[in-house]
Amino acid sequence: MPEFNWPEPGTTTLIGKRISRLDGPAKVTGAAKYAYDTKRPGMLYAKVLRSPHAHARIVSIDTSEAEKLPGVEAVYIVQEPNTEIHWEGDDIVAVAAVDEPTAEDAIRRIKVVYEKLPHLVREEDLSKVGDRAKPAADQVSGDPDKAFQDPDAVVIEGFYGTSVVTHCCLEAHGNVAEWDGDSLTVYPSTQAVERLGAQFAETLKIPATNVHTLMQYVGGGFGSKVAVDRWGIAVAKLAQKAGKPVKLMLERKPEQMVAGNRPSSYAKVKLAAKKDGTLTGWQSDSWSTGGMAGGGSPPLPYIWNFPHQRKRHTAVSVNAGSARAWRAPNHPQGCYITMSAIEDMAAKLGMDPLDLLIKNIAITGERSELYRKELLKAAELMEWKSRWHPRRDRSPGPVKQGLGLSIHTWGGRGHASDCRVAIHPDGSVEVSLCTQDLGTGTRTVVAIVAAETLGVPLETIKLNIGDNRLPRSGASGGSTTVGGVSASTRRAALLAREQLFAKVAPELGATPDQIESSGGQVHVKNDPKKGLYWKQATAKLGETPITAMGQNPGDGELISSGVGGVQMADVSVDTETGIVKVNKMVAIQDCGLIIDMKTAESQVHGAIIMGIGYSLFEERVMDQATGRMLNPNMEFYKLAGFADIPEIVVHMWLDPEQQKRGVIGLGEPPTVSPGAAIGNAVANAIGVRVPTLPLTPDKVLLALEKGGMA
Amino acid sequence: MKEKDKENTAKPKSGISRRKFLKGVGVGGGVLGSGILTGALIPEGSGAQQAAAKIYGPMATPIDLVVNGQKRSLKLEPRVTLLEALRDHLDLTGAKRVCDRTTCGACTVILDGSLVYSCSVLAIEANGKAIQTVEGLAGSNGLHPVQAAFVENDAQQCGFCTSGFVVAIKALLDKHPDPTPEEVRMGLGGNLCRCGTYVGMKKAVLQASRKGGRPAPRRLGGQPNA
Repeated sequence: MPEFNWPEPGTTTLIGKRISRLDGPAKVTGAAKYAYDTKRPGMLYAKVLRSPHAHARIVSIDTSEAEKLPGVEAVYIVQEPNTEIHWEGDDIVAVAAVDEPTAEDAIRRIKVVYEKLPHLVREEDLSKVGDRAKPAADQVSGDPDKAFQDPDAVVIEGFYGTSVVTHCCLEAHGNVAEWDGDSLTVYPSTQAVERLGAQFAETLKIPATNVHTLMQYVGGGFGSKVAVDRWGIAVAKLAQKAGKPVKLMLERKPEQMVAGNRPSSYAKVKLAAKKDGTLTGWQSDSWSTGGMAGGGSPPLPYIWNFPHQRKRHTAVSVNAGSARAWRAPNHPQGCYITMSAIEDMAAKLGMDPLDLLIKNIAITGERSELYRKELLKAAELMEWKSRWHPRRDRSPGPVKQGLGLSIHTWGGRGHASDCRVAIHPDGSVEVSLCTQDLGTGTRTVVAIVAAETLGVPLETIKLNIGDNRLPRSGASGGSTTVGGVSASTRRAALLAREQLFAKVAPELGATPDQIESSGGQVHVKNDPKKGLYWKQATAKLGETPITAMGQNPGDGELISSGVGGVQMADVSVDTETGIVKVNKMVAIQDCGLIIDMKTAESQVHGAIIMGIGYSLFEERVMDQATGRMLNPNMEFYKLAGFADIPEIVVHMWLDPEQQKRGVIGLGEPPTVSPGAAIGNAVANAIGVRVPTLPLTPDKVLLALEKGGMA
Repeated sequence: MKEKDKENTAKPKSGISRRKFLKGVGVGGGVLGSGILTGALIPEGSGAQQAAAKIYGPMATPIDLVVNGQKRSLKLEPRVTLLEALRDHLDLTGAKRVCDRTTCGACTVILDGSLVYSCSVLAIEANGKAIQTVEGLAGSNGLHPVQAAFVENDAQQCGFCTSGFVVAIKALLDKHPDPTPEEVRMGLGGNLCRCGTYVGMKKAVLQASRKGGRPAPRRLGGQPNA
């Protein structure tokens, strides 16, 4: 057995370098085909009639007029009469027709009678949610009463919160389904090509072997595309009924309403500290919603393990689309509430929050030394010590400037993954695993690991992904992909290489353990003259290719979990208009061993930009009177645009000690801190806390008015 | 300040007027309701403007589109948008349908030299006109400089907004080979990205501009299994 480890840092030709993503050319030329771009012979187009009510019972459904319409080939009732509907936009009836306009015409001819039921769609005021509140028991540790009653304690109270935001994937959810007898082929837009096959089989009650899922590109997921979905099954049913392939991609409106969102979070928080800044007591009364199921508690207090705590969380169920995992589930909410309260405590104590954090760093636990170093590095890159001012920018003029900071963590251990590496006698190399590339760079990472291990150029690697008939490699969620696929690919490539060395060693008059492969040659270690070119070496295989399977988990320490990061924000706030502008963000991020520096940095850039979006603009706006979402579109559900992007300084933590930990996921952690860092910078600029994200102009102006600074 | 630049900065940040999309929406709103395209909305020079009203549809109508230099003849209902014609009838799926109402720019194409949101232009409005899509940018020598710069600077992640941005930037650099930061802001202001690839795009614009020296287009890395 080979030794399963990573090459020593500094000895690699590909790992850790800046490599352009392999599918870049396909994406920039429009050649990349997504589920939305799929067209099958004779394909029909589906549309879905959706509930206009937030809470109702279906009394009757009449599809007869729709069925009579020429061009309509199948009608499928998704939810039968008597079913209770719990949110606006829920699927009622699906129709397949020769083209989209005909399917739309058919939808308009369907008559559904509803019995409306009382609804609740807003949860930010807990006193108005009535019996929709489901409080959990108090959790107490230490002696919080003593901490807050200590006569020398400094105590602050605050209210903080984050709104429901949607995933807003640019490629809507949906798929194409095509039957051949009792076998189903699905072309989905998903983060889980392998898992979806099993879900279709289970739901449709056909053997798992009869479902084939295929996907090469997905236009965003962010956690929302891991399930088959009710509409996915509807497409398969329509295709079965019509005997033709059917395609359904959600329109933007249902995409925003029902295809995923991040739970809200609100909390009344009380903090106690000693006069010297030592944090002692935490108390929080939090609530949140993730739709009908309510919302679980974010991790509170986030990272900072106060010695004395009392916390209570209340789940609130509302009649709105259900929450799904949203990039770093629960962390941005916990981070915002905790880091905002700590910043407010620093202001109360008259301390620089950087000093307060460093003073208390020990209570962050096992990564405290990493956080301390990262905070100092971030401070250097932000010039924090020379630029920070006590709360409220007192310079003249209406535009105020401020700095804020935050820290975050994430797990990111690689998921279970199988990878098959085949070395063919002609020298070509095939790497096969059923993973998917969400745009995170998975393709590129797998190819880099295989090419580095075999000592061949990247172009030698032929990569097969996105097909559930390949070795299983799990869903892409929780930043678990990069660790999983890197480890399985490394193990498979090492095992394949070992077999090749065994074949080639006699030729070179050496034993297999004296052979290495680099620069397109297989040669005796430290003696490139005693070697064969790659293709000469593989020709020794005769007619039989080498194949090897690698798995994760497996032997050797190739991956681990747990990262720490620090972010700082520099903002300007126009106190006359309430508009917040981010001037600069500094991000320090640890993520163990980095396979591709270029796409890794892009993950951090993207996470910060997404963070600016949810900090300043993004919010699902619900109307209690009608039960409807008011902004299920992209003009009023606002994403960050090019003009909103500040200078972003990304510093990957390449400490050798951290690199030795192997590969750890990166997609999620850097999206945790922006809300807190930006919110704290705004408070530092204007002298008052704007309690809830997004920090829209109306809220900024209200906070200024309440604070007597308007 | 040059006259051209004044005109540029006076336009709204959304890029809406730049894309002339109001025209598209106005036409779309009327036609989707009635299936009638009035004379005033017929392109100039078509000879039909003098007629009080020319009626198209509701049945499929012959339409000629000159797509990436190639004449393509189609028969489409008047309610079919240019985006649908390209994607569903010509299998040119680089332009994407995302917001479907002129906000996000994923459907951006060049119509007779002007950028348009093809989701809100009717195919009949484009009758006889030249359309350039992302598929028409790369030449026999490889990627267009904007495309090569996108790959080099990792200006794409999931890639769903990428076609729209590439076309918008190509048009920006055709007009302003050395764009000022303000021109770049305007030029990219009509498109949205969800993955947050704007940092790479900013570098790509600079690299593909005259100032950036326009490196020889080349394919980087291996071939995906597309």
